[in-house]
Amino acid sequence: MTDREETFAKVAELIEPFNKKDIELKEATTFAGDLEWDSLIVMDFVASVEDEFDILITMNMQAEIESVGQLVDAVENLRNDG
Amino acid sequence: MTEAARTPYDPADETAIGPSHGRDLFSKFDPLIQEREALLATGVRDPFGLVMEKVLSPTRAIVNGKETILLGTYNYMGMTFDPDVVAAGKQALDEFGSGTTGSRVLNGTYQGHRECEEALKEFYGTRYAMVFSTGYQANLGLMSTIAGKEDYIILDADSHASIYDGCALGTAQIVRFRHNSVEDLDKRLGRLPKEGGRLVVLEGVYSMLGDIAPLKEMVEVAKRHGAMIVVDEAHGMGFFGENGRGVFEEAGVADDVDFVVGTFSKSVGTVGGFIVSNHPKFEVLRLVCRPYVFTASLPPSVVATAATSIRKLMHAGEKRAHLWENSRKLHKGLRDLGFNIATPEAQSAIIAILLPDQDTTVRMWQGLLEQGVYVNMARPPATPAGMYLLRCSLCADHTSEEVEQILGMFATAGRATGCIA
Repeated sequence: MTDREETFAKVAELIEPFNKKDIELKEATTFAGDLEWDSLIVMDFVASVEDEFDILITMNMQAEIESVGQLVDAVENLRNDG
Repeated sequence: MTEAARTPYDPADETAIGPSHGRDLFSKFDPLIQEREALLATGVRDPFGLVMEKVLSPTRAIVNGKETILLGTYNYMGMTFDPDVVAAGKQALDEFGSGTTGSRVLNGTYQGHRECEEALKEFYGTRYAMVFSTGYQANLGLMSTIAGKEDYIILDADSHASIYDGCALGTAQIVRFRHNSVEDLDKRLGRLPKEGGRLVVLEGVYSMLGDIAPLKEMVEVAKRHGAMIVVDEAHGMGFFGENGRGVFEEAGVADDVDFVVGTFSKSVGTVGGFIVSNHPKFEVLRLVCRPYVFTASLPPSVVATAATSIRKLMHAGEKRAHLWENSRKLHKGLRDLGFNIATPEAQSAIIAILLPDQDTTVRMWQGLLEQGVYVNMARPPATPAGMYLLRCSLCADHTSEEVEQILGMFATAGRATGCIA
């Protein structure tokens, strides 16, 4: 697996506990639309992603991230910056 | 005016409201409107539409023609009917008129604003104090102004809406940590880049659940990472710490806190907000805080009542002790009745009861009102983790007998609604 594929797999694993409707996860799957997450779930999930990858995803960045693919890209960028 | 404009409004005629073309901007609220209508259709009263026809004292009002005990007003120290406070307000109305009609920056400061800030400086023992028109605006002003685009604001996930809104108004980078988790705060501060300023935002008492922050540990962590610290003491002022300054005073961290934000609408018993600080450049905020510059200042009667109340709160030891006694008594009594309470013991003057869903919560709220006690209902998104709450806030003017009476009402309403056995 490439680094990005590994990140995707890890992100997917972190989504699972919050994926109550067993939605299939693709690049374009959206958090608000497809997964129907509210702000409280987002908070918990973001904290778990931050801790897994030892990064910070500011609320400013979160506002721009709508899909799983966008989150994976953001995580990749943040890891490479650090 | 045209004829059409005088046609009586018919709610059933959808073409009469909304624009003649395009999407009705209100349609995004339809789910909420429907949820509310469904709830009210069950015959319950609107928990967000209660009217107090008369207010008799800090603890009593007439609701629906019936004398009701108030247990949800944030009037912790019972100052709203204090004779000295009321007299100061009347005198200011006579001497300075009803309003200031504008911003202090533009229309000038009244003597009363100055005196109110002097009272705050004495109360908090700080060099500077700045009064805002509400507590909401104090947070809006500080968060949006003090941290710029290159800076970081690190806040508790359960922070009050005014803190979040202040962040949204500004340009800083916003980082959240899990509620009251010292470890989570430490980790996130450790991940910040070296560049940029840091402001850690904490609250003494978190108002939804009535829990307090571990300020000693949090302030230590924030200082270690080189952050400035603000503590919001909206629900702690008046009865925490030796001088009633708030949870930060009780935690012994006053010297390490850069700003304290507060409000006049809780213990002080009127309306308004403030920031106090010892930072030598603090006064510049008067020129750069938009929620201070571009809004009308508080009317003379309000700052006069605030100043008088704040000075009296410095010597309110007995009231403080009785408020704590009331809070502990209510907490223990409710727990003994079998209610599920958000904190293991009374950590503040807010006692929050957790209920399973909206329907039960509204029925219990209404049951209590019929018994003769008014509490607050809170629901998502105001509450953390999607909770439905009945929140009680005690007053130093509730007598011990009243607390007993309140417990009796909770027992009756709780059994009638099946909340307790």
